[in-house]
Amino acid sequence: MTITAPRTHRAPSDLQSIWLVAEREIGSKLRSKAFVISTVILVLAALASVVWGGFTANNLSGSGIPVAVTSQTQSAIAGLDGLEVTVADSDDAATALVEDGTVDAALVSGSSDASFDYTVVVKDNVPSTLLQMLSETPPVQELERGAGAASALRYFIALAFGLVFLIAASTFGGTIAQSVVEEKQTRVVEILISAIPVRALLAGKVLGNTVLAMAQIVLLAAVAVIGLAVTDQAGVLSALGAPIAWFAIFFLFGFVLLASLFAAAAAMVSRQEDIGATTTPITMLIMAPYFLVIFFNDNPVVLTIMSYVPFSAPVGMPLRMYLGDAQWWEPVLSLLVLVASCVVAIGIGSRIYQNSLLRMGARVKLAEALKG
Amino acid sequence: MPRPDPRRRRLGTRVPSVVTNEKKGCTVLHLDGITKSYGGRRVLDDVSFSVAPGRLTGFVGGNGAGKTTTMRIALGVLAKDAGSVVLNGSPVTTSDRRRFGYMPEERGLYPKMKVAEHIAYLARLHGFGKAEATAKATTLLERLGLGERLGDLVETLSLGNQQRAQIAASLVHEPDVLILDEPFSGLDPLAVDVVAGVLQEKAAAGAAVLFSSHQLDVVERLCDDLVIIAGGTIRAAGTRDALRAEHATHRYELVSRGDAGWLRDEPGVTVLDFDGGYALFDAEDDTSAQRVLQGAVSRGDVVSFAPQRPTLAEIFKEVIQ
Repeated sequence: MTITAPRTHRAPSDLQSIWLVAEREIGSKLRSKAFVISTVILVLAALASVVWGGFTANNLSGSGIPVAVTSQTQSAIAGLDGLEVTVADSDDAATALVEDGTVDAALVSGSSDASFDYTVVVKDNVPSTLLQMLSETPPVQELERGAGAASALRYFIALAFGLVFLIAASTFGGTIAQSVVEEKQTRVVEILISAIPVRALLAGKVLGNTVLAMAQIVLLAAVAVIGLAVTDQAGVLSALGAPIAWFAIFFLFGFVLLASLFAAAAAMVSRQEDIGATTTPITMLIMAPYFLVIFFNDNPVVLTIMSYVPFSAPVGMPLRMYLGDAQWWEPVLSLLVLVASCVVAIGIGSRIYQNSLLRMGARVKLAEALKG
Repeated sequence: MPRPDPRRRRLGTRVPSVVTNEKKGCTVLHLDGITKSYGGRRVLDDVSFSVAPGRLTGFVGGNGAGKTTTMRIALGVLAKDAGSVVLNGSPVTTSDRRRFGYMPEERGLYPKMKVAEHIAYLARLHGFGKAEATAKATTLLERLGLGERLGDLVETLSLGNQQRAQIAASLVHEPDVLILDEPFSGLDPLAVDVVAGVLQEKAAAGAAVLFSSHQLDVVERLCDDLVIIAGGTIRAAGTRDALRAEHATHRYELVSRGDAGWLRDEPGVTVLDFDGGYALFDAEDDTSAQRVLQGAVSRGDVVSFAPQRPTLAEIFKEVIQ
């Protein structure tokens, strides 16, 4: 009689299960030609814009940022590279150079702030690169406050953050949603959850897509940083370095939040055709920061609000940091808000996911999905 | 009278009887008083039956009778309203279900995964190491006739081959309990034999196997035990042979070289069909049948004399009415 010995079923630990699921998610995405091609295009576009930015910057300003000083304020910028210095006869003459656009900024004597003996006069746009070069932030006087539109560079950087967030979040958010519905539609989910706990399945899917999304972000950031360094844009690089790093950190938590919501929304339907019905609100949340940052990148109030709202913080806060608007503690506070909302989203998302995953057929109502 | 053969063997192994199993306390899956309603409509009403280890249990019923619902509840992917699913005397837990192999009614694997990789992935989710999982998947798929298609994407397989892959998916982690919803549908006769052979092997190795099917001839050939469901209630459950005996009629077929016309005058015999030496008749009891046989022998050469055992299809039609 060939009765098999009682098998000890070595159940994989939750972590092993999560990693197995994540590994499959990553593997199946990397094998998709569409994904590989779109990533290559994205990297090439980032590279092209950095190189293009380098050429235009060099054409416009030659060796550096044009700055006017007087004999009294000349000492403040002594020893700084990356500036094209014009020495004016008087404060008025220096201010006139700003007004007619010959220089971007002028350092004039006299200050409202006792700790500085000079004021930076600009037309409408604070050259944050210059301010960062100065050891301490001096008082700034804007000649035409709010009159002109943002500079091309400000707009360009706002667009870049907004676009990268939009593309990465919607690509991988969409991926996780599709993969949840695929499992439900094909019923493979019934086999999966007889092997591993539902929460391990969800965690693995979120982890796998987060790894992919972060890899793409880090790749783009690396291309931007290396591109800036190679094309000799040290000024832009030193101003953008920290915001890019913060963008990556914000994106990490922001994406986990979105991925949990995408998985939950997708679990509520049973067919790919219905996926839009529940994921559209989340897609809106992803598109909002992109449009807001394009239309309001010169509006400090909107940017400040954006930099604290969890969905738009990954775009809003790095932009404010680049513009020199954010105090040192602001990104930390905003990150805490984001992490807290991320935890809440995981809680709600996994509840909806668990309650909806095995309910086939008609769309599961949100109230039922939450109640269970 | 057909009697359950106490010495039934499968693949050289004694098929354990229900009594033996109970004595040994083997892995028995038992459903007890399962009730389920969808929106006020009761689809399962007090469903109770057992699935014994080492035996193949056929689960038959018409469309919408409640087979799939019962199986999904047994597996725990569907909640029940009342009743219990018991494994070895205690309610089934999540970790018990890891020892289940399941083939869902609606077939599904990841369309974009390679067949062998997919099956190995499922084995790994059940705790097998990568190398072991790959080896198991390969062996099983080869056994099921998919040896040539290991590296192909699931979506490129024909429906019949996807079905084989689906069966591999339910077997690869060596489950103790198999719950298969229509494992034979869509398979050609050769594939049916291959799959039936694999299921018999698993049963011979001690697994409890529950499978549903509309192909009653396959069920009849394969199963040891039978559960018949209709309208959400169990109409019959037991060993196949006992069910057959229970539904046996005293119907016999006689083929002789002489004319069988004399049968019509025999007391206690109703002739149903008659043609020269051939007669199909119902006897009142065993004694009448024996008398007919003796009479036939005394009248000339008897080619054959056999009781007409009811087919599963006949039993099925009878019990679901």
